[in-house]
Amino acid sequence: MFYRNVDEGKVISQEEISDGIFSLWIKNEGANEAGAGQFVGVYPKDKSTLLMRPISICETDKEAGSMRLVYRVAGKGTKEFSSLKKDDTVKILANLGNGFPVDEVKGKCIVLMGGGIGIPPMLGTAKALFGEDVHSYLGYRNNDTFLSDEFLKYSKVYLASEDGSVGVKGNVLDALRASINVKPDVIMACGPMPMLRAIKKYAEENNIKAYISLEERMACGVGACLGCVCKTVKKDDHSHVNNTRICTEGPVFDATEVDI
Amino acid sequence: MNTKVTIAGVEFKNPVMSASGTFGSGMEYASLVDLNKLGAVVTKGVSNIPWEGNPTPRVAEVYGGMLNAIGLQNPGVDVFIERDLSFLSKYDTNVIVNVCGKSVEDYIEAVERLNDTNADMFEINVSCPNVKEGAIAFGQKADALFNITDKIKKVSKKPIIMKLSPNVTDITEMAKAAEAAGSDAISLINTITGMKIDIERRKFVLANKTGGMSGPAIKPVAVRMVYQCANAVKIPIIGMGGIMTGEDAVEFLMAGATAVAVGAANFINPSAMIDVIDGIDNYMRKHNVSDINEIIACV
Ligand SMILES: Cc1cc2nc3c(=O)[nH]c(=O)nc-3n(C[C@H](O)[C@H](O)[C@H](O)COP(=O)(O)OP(=O)(O)OC[C@H]3O[C@@H](n4cnc5c(N)ncnc54)[C@H](O)[C@@H]3O)c2cc1C
Ligand SMILES: Cc1cc2nc3c(=O)[nH]c(=O)nc-3n(C[C@H](O)[C@H](O)[C@H](O)COP(=O)(O)O)c2cc1C
Ligand code: FES
Repeated sequence: MFYRNVDEGKVISQEEISDGIFSLWIKNEGANEAGAGQFVGVYPKDKSTLLMRPISICETDKEAGSMRLVYRVAGKGTKEFSSLKKDDTVKILANLGNGFPVDEVKGKCIVLMGGGIGIPPMLGTAKALFGEDVHSYLGYRNNDTFLSDEFLKYSKVYLASEDGSVGVKGNVLDALRASINVKPDVIMACGPMPMLRAIKKYAEENNIKAYISLEERMACGVGACLGCVCKTVKKDDHSHVNNTRICTEGPVFDATEVDI
Repeated sequence: MNTKVTIAGVEFKNPVMSASGTFGSGMEYASLVDLNKLGAVVTKGVSNIPWEGNPTPRVAEVYGGMLNAIGLQNPGVDVFIERDLSFLSKYDTNVIVNVCGKSVEDYIEAVERLNDTNADMFEINVSCPNVKEGAIAFGQKADALFNITDKIKKVSKKPIIMKLSPNVTDITEMAKAAEAAGSDAISLINTITGMKIDIERRKFVLANKTGGMSGPAIKPVAVRMVYQCANAVKIPIIGMGGIMTGEDAVEFLMAGATAVAVGAANFINPSAMIDVIDGIDNYMRKHNVSDINEIIACV
C-alpha cells in the first residue's frame, strides 16, 4: 500500500457540487494504492503559490485508476485548482499520511463523523467499510448538504445542521445522542477542531475507541520539515518529544494519544 | 567533465547538498530521491538533548518563499546517531551533521558524542538562542562567534563549518571571526528573519510571531553575501538561499561558493536537488566547462 511519488495527474472531470465546493476527479498512478483517510499534496502552477496544498482523498475508483478530491475554495491555491478542466494536468505528491484503520474495525458498530469540509474523506471511508454496520453522521452549516446522498450507498446517514434547517439542530454529536439505538464501538471523524475535541471527550467518557483526522500547516508533507506537528500525550516514537508529525504519523490519530 | 569539489580535505562527488532542516536526515525523502546521487546530505539540526520546538503554526507561505519557526525540534544526539546516522551509512554520499545548542557546553557535548561516528563534517548552526547571553544568537556578535568556533574546533575530530546568519549588519565580520577561530569552512545564508500578519484575524500567522524566510525570493541577498564573504576570507564557502535550479547554483559558484545547498526548493519540487545537479551538468556541457572548479569565484 505504500506509494510515494510526484504524479502527473490528468483531470477527468471537475464540477462545483455546492457553493464554492468543487469535486475533482484525477487519473494518477497513486490512485490505486490510496487508502481511506490518506491525502495528497496538490501543487499550484502559479509561482506565487509555491507549496503543495494538502487535500484529502475523498474516494478512489480502482477500475479507472483515479481519485476524487473534494475541496472548498479557501485562497489562491484552491482558487487555481477550481479552474482545472478535463485533460488538464496537475502535479500531485501522492500518497501522504496513514489513513483510517478500516481493517481493524470490521465486525464492530462503526460511527463515521464528518463536519463541513471534513466530510469528503469520510465518504471513501464509508465505501471501504461497505457491508459493515456503518452509521455516518454528517454536520453542515445549513441545508446545503453536499455529498450526503452518496453516503447512502454505503451506510446509514444522519444529518445535523447548525441552523436546524435539516436533520438535528446542532452538531454531529447532538445527532448521535439523538439516535438512541446506535451504540458505537468505534468513531472515525474528520472536521473542525472544536468538533474533534468534543468527539475526543465524548469517546473517552463513553469508553469508545475514536480515530480523528487532524489538520495543520504543512511544507514538505513527507515528515522532513517538522512544520505540521501536534502535541501528544506520551513521547512520540519518532520525535522522542511530545510532538508527532501530522503528515506522517497522522493525519489520523487514536484520539487518546493526541493533546488537542 | 569533473564535478568533484573538495572542502577541508573532504571530497564531494558534486557540489550539491541538502540545506539543513529541509531534508530531515534523508530518510524522509529516500523514496523520492536517490541519495547516492547527492554530494552530501546535511541533516536537520541536532542538540545534546531532545528539543520540543515551537508551538504551531510553524510554517507559512509568503510571496516567493516561506517562513518557518520550527524551533529546532529534534530527538537529541543519541537517537540521531543510532537511527539517522546508521541509516545514512548505507548510502554513498557524504554526511554533514548540523549541530545546535543553547550554550557553548551544549554544542561541545553534542560534538563530542558525534566525534566517533560516520559523519564527515559538522555544520554549526549559530542562529540558535543563546540562553546565557539573553537569547542573542551566537551568530549575531563577532566575538561570541569567535569564542564558540574556537571552543568547538578544539574538541571536534572532524572539519567544522560555521553557518552564518544573514541577520547582521556586516556578514564579512562574522566570516572573518569564524576563519580567525579556525573554522574549516563557512556556510551561508541561514534564513532571514521575517513576519506575516493575518489581516482577517488580526493575528500573527506564526505562533512564534517571527520566522525565518527562505525560498527563491532571498537568493539575490544570499548571492551578494557569498560574494562579499568570498572576498573577505580564504576558507571555502557553501552557498545557499533560494536555489531552485542548476542556473541558480552556478550563480553561487561564480560568486565564490565551492558547494551549494538546496533548501525550501525540496518542498516545492521533491526532485529539486537532482534537477540542480543535472542543471549544473547541462550548463557545463553547453559552455564547455571541463572542470567545475574553473567557474568557482570566476566573476
Ligand atoms: C491533511 C489535510 C487534509 C485536508 N483535506 C482537505 C479537503 O479534503 N478539502 C478541503 O477543502 N481542504 C482540505 N484541507 C485544507 C486545505 O489544505 C486548505 O484549505 C488549502 O491548503 C488552502 O490553500 P489555498 O491556497 O486555497 O489558501 P491560502 O490561504 O492562500 O493558503 C496559504 C497557505 O496556507 C496553507 N493553508 C491554508 N489553509 C489551510 C488549512 N486549513 N490546513 C492546512 N494548510 C492550510 C496552504 O496550504 C498554503 O500553504 C486539508 C488540510 C490538511 C492538512
Ligand atoms: C523548515 C526549515 C527548517 C530549517 N532548519 C534548519 C536547521 O535545523 N539548521 C540550520 O542550520 N538551518 C535550518 N534551516 C535553514 C536552511 O538550511 C537554509 O539555510 C535556508 O532555508 C536558506 O536556503 P533555502 O532558501 O534554499 O531554503 C531551515 C530552513 C527551513 C525552511
Ligand atoms: S509537513 Fe513537513 S513534517 Fe509534516
